[in-house]
Amino acid sequence: MKYLSEYRDPELVGQYLNELHKTVTQTWTIMEICGGQTHSLVKHGLLAMMPSGINMVHGPGCPVCVTPLNLIDKAVYLAEEKRVILCSFGDMIRVPGSKKSLLEAKAGGADVRILYSPLEAVEIAVSNPDREVVFFAVGFETTAPANALSVLHAERLGLNNYSILASHVLVPPAMAAIMDDEEARIQGFLAAGHVCTIMGIHEYEPLVEQYKVPIVVTGFEPVDMLHGILMTARQLERGEAKLENQYTRVVQPDGNPDARAVIEKVFCVSDREWRGIGTIPTSGYEVRSEYAAFDANVKFDVHITKAPESSDCIAGQVLKGLKKPHQCSQFGKSCTPISPLGAPMVSSEGACAAYYHFSQAASEELQEA
Amino acid sequence: MPQLDFDIITLGHGSGGLLTHKLLDSGVFDVLKNPLLDARHDGAVFPVEAAQRLAFTTDSFVIAPIFFPGGNIGEIAVFGTVNDLAMCGAIPRYISLAFIIEEGLPMTEFWEVLLGVKSAAERAGVHVVTGDTKVVERGKGDKIFINTSGIGIVHEQASISLSRVAVGDSIILSSSIANHGIAVMAEREGLQFESTITSDTRPLNHAVKRLLDEFGASIHLLRDPTRGGVATTLNEIARDTKLGINIRQKPIAIDEQVYGVCEILGLDPLYVANEGVFVAIVAADAAEAVVERLRGELGSEIGGHEAAVIGEVVSEHPRQVVLQSRIGGRRVVSMLVGEQLPRIC
Repeated sequence: MKYLSEYRDPELVGQYLNELHKTVTQTWTIMEICGGQTHSLVKHGLLAMMPSGINMVHGPGCPVCVTPLNLIDKAVYLAEEKRVILCSFGDMIRVPGSKKSLLEAKAGGADVRILYSPLEAVEIAVSNPDREVVFFAVGFETTAPANALSVLHAERLGLNNYSILASHVLVPPAMAAIMDDEEARIQGFLAAGHVCTIMGIHEYEPLVEQYKVPIVVTGFEPVDMLHGILMTARQLERGEAKLENQYTRVVQPDGNPDARAVIEKVFCVSDREWRGIGTIPTSGYEVRSEYAAFDANVKFDVHITKAPESSDCIAGQVLKGLKKPHQCSQFGKSCTPISPLGAPMVSSEGACAAYYHFSQAASEELQEA
Repeated sequence: MPQLDFDIITLGHGSGGLLTHKLLDSGVFDVLKNPLLDARHDGAVFPVEAAQRLAFTTDSFVIAPIFFPGGNIGEIAVFGTVNDLAMCGAIPRYISLAFIIEEGLPMTEFWEVLLGVKSAAERAGVHVVTGDTKVVERGKGDKIFINTSGIGIVHEQASISLSRVAVGDSIILSSSIANHGIAVMAEREGLQFESTITSDTRPLNHAVKRLLDEFGASIHLLRDPTRGGVATTLNEIARDTKLGINIRQKPIAIDEQVYGVCEILGLDPLYVANEGVFVAIVAADAAEAVVERLRGELGSEIGGHEAAVIGEVVSEHPRQVVLQSRIGGRRVVSMLVGEQLPRIC
C-alpha cells in the first residue's frame, strides 16, 4: 500500500539497523513521546532488533492514559445521572474510573456511543434535539482541531444540546516536566509526528536550547522509527543537541496554521492534571469562556470528589520513563488489561498494555490461569 | 414473496396460533421444502448407519446490521454451523433453524433473511429439518436473532483432534483474512467508507471434504477463525495443545482495502472476524500439496488462491503464538482481552 509498505520494507529496515549498529558506541536513553510510537516499536518487534546501546523509554503520549480519573468519573456521571448521549473515541470507554468505566455504564443502560469523529456527535445532536449530547474530547494537539471544529459546527447550526468534555493535553510542557524531574535521565527525544503535523516544530526549539537534548520529530512506521532513532543517536554520538525533522513527508515546519487557528478560536491554554504525573502548568486546553455554552464542565454543574489512584500502580514513573512496564511488581500479576490498576495497561497505546500484549507476560499469565 | 397479510412481524406471529401457522405454511415451509421438514413433526427423524461417527454443533447469530455487503444473517447462520461441522471433518447434513424476531421487523426483511437461509442451505448441500419461531416485544431484541444447530457425518478418513497436533506440523491459512469483520464494520452506523469490501461468508464444507478425500489423516486439525480472528484461534490451539506456534506475517494475505481500513481504524486484522476462512494444521510433508490444491480448482470457491503456509507448530515457547513481523522482528500474539469489534457474528 502506497505510503505504508515502503515504510515497512524489510530491506530498508535492515539498512537502518546496520547503520545504527555502526553508529552506536555507548548506551543512550531515548524517549519516544507518543503511544503510537511505543505501539509500533513493540508491534513490529523493533526493540529486540536494535543495538543494546539503544535504551528506549516510553513517554506519556497516550491521551487515554493521562486522562484524570475524576474526568472519567464525570463522563460516567453525565451518562448515568444526567442521561446524556455520551460520545467517545473507542479506546476511552474501557478505561476504568474510580467506580466503573464508560463501557460498564453502557452495559448498565447508559447511552454511550463510540465514534470515530466528533463531527458525528454533532450529527447525533442534530437528530436528537430533545437529548443532550456530550463528546468526551480527549487527546493531544492532534485531535484538538477536530474537537474544536465540532464546537464551531454546532454553533453554526445553532445547536443548544451539544457540548464537549475537554481533556486536552500538550506535549512540550510534559517534556519539560520530564526533564525537570530530578530522576530524569532522558538523553534524547523522538517527538510525536502527528502532533507536529498540527503544531509545527518550532515550539520544541526552546526545549532543545534549555535542556541540551536532541529532539527528532519522528513518524510511526518501522522505517520512520529507526530513521528517527538513528538521527538522534548520531547527534548524541557527536555531542550535539539539535531539533531535526525525520517526518518531512507529513510535518511542515510551521505545521497546519488553519488547524491551529481553529484550536485557538475555541480553546485556551490552561493548567492540566495528568493521570499518574500530577498537574503540569500550562499543559492543556480548556474551552474558552466565549464558548462556555458548549463546555460540558460549565453546562453541567458536576462536582466529583477526586478519587485516589491505586497505591501499587507506578504509572507515573512509567509515563515519565523512569521505569519500564515490566519493572513494576504488579505487571502481569494483579495488573492486566482485564483488571488494570492504572491507565497505561488499558489503552492499546499505553506502554504497559503494549508490553503486555506483545511480550511474554500475557501468555505466562494465561498459563497460570 | 407470498401475501402474508401483515407488513411487519407482530407478536401474534410467534403465538403458535393461526398467524404462526400462516407464516410457516405460506413462508418458511414452502421456501425450505424437503421431505424431513415436510413431515411436520415436533422434530426430524432420520436413519444413521451404525459405523458412522456424527458431529453435532450449535451457534447463535446476533449480527448487526442483519444485511451487510456480501451477505445477510440468514446466510451466515447456515454457513456458520456448516463450517463448524466441516471443521470437525464432517459432511454437514441436517440443520435446525430457530428465529427470535423482534416485533416490528418488516416482513420483506424477514423474507430476505429466509431466502438467504434457503440459498445458503442449497449451496452448502444441507437440509433445514426442524425449527422454531418466537417473537419478542419491540425493544427486547435486535430485529432478528437466529440459532442453528447442525448434524454431520464425519468423513471416514478424517482424524481431526487437538491431540493430533504435533511439533513440526505446518499451519495453513485457506485465504485472505479479515474481510467479514471489516465489511460489517464499514456498513455500521457512523462508518462511511467508500469501499467494495464484502464479507467472506461462504461454505467451507465442499473444499474440506475434498481435502479429506485426498489427504485424510495428514490433516490434524481444522478451525475456522470467526470471532476473535486468526490470532484468537491460534492462541486457543497453543493453549490447548500446550505447544508453541510460530507464524510469519508475510504470507498472511490481506486485501488491500481491508488492510487500509484496519490501518485507519487502528485494528489488527489478525483479530478481525472471518466467516469463510479456515486454519489447517497438517503434517509437514503434506503441507505444500494441500496449499497447491487450495490454490487450484478445489479452493476456487473459498478464495483459496491466496492460501499459504503461514507457520509451524514448535516445542519452544509452549502455549504462545509468536509472530515474525514483515520486517523480521518477533513478538507475541496474545489473546484479545475484550472485543475488538462488538458483535460481529
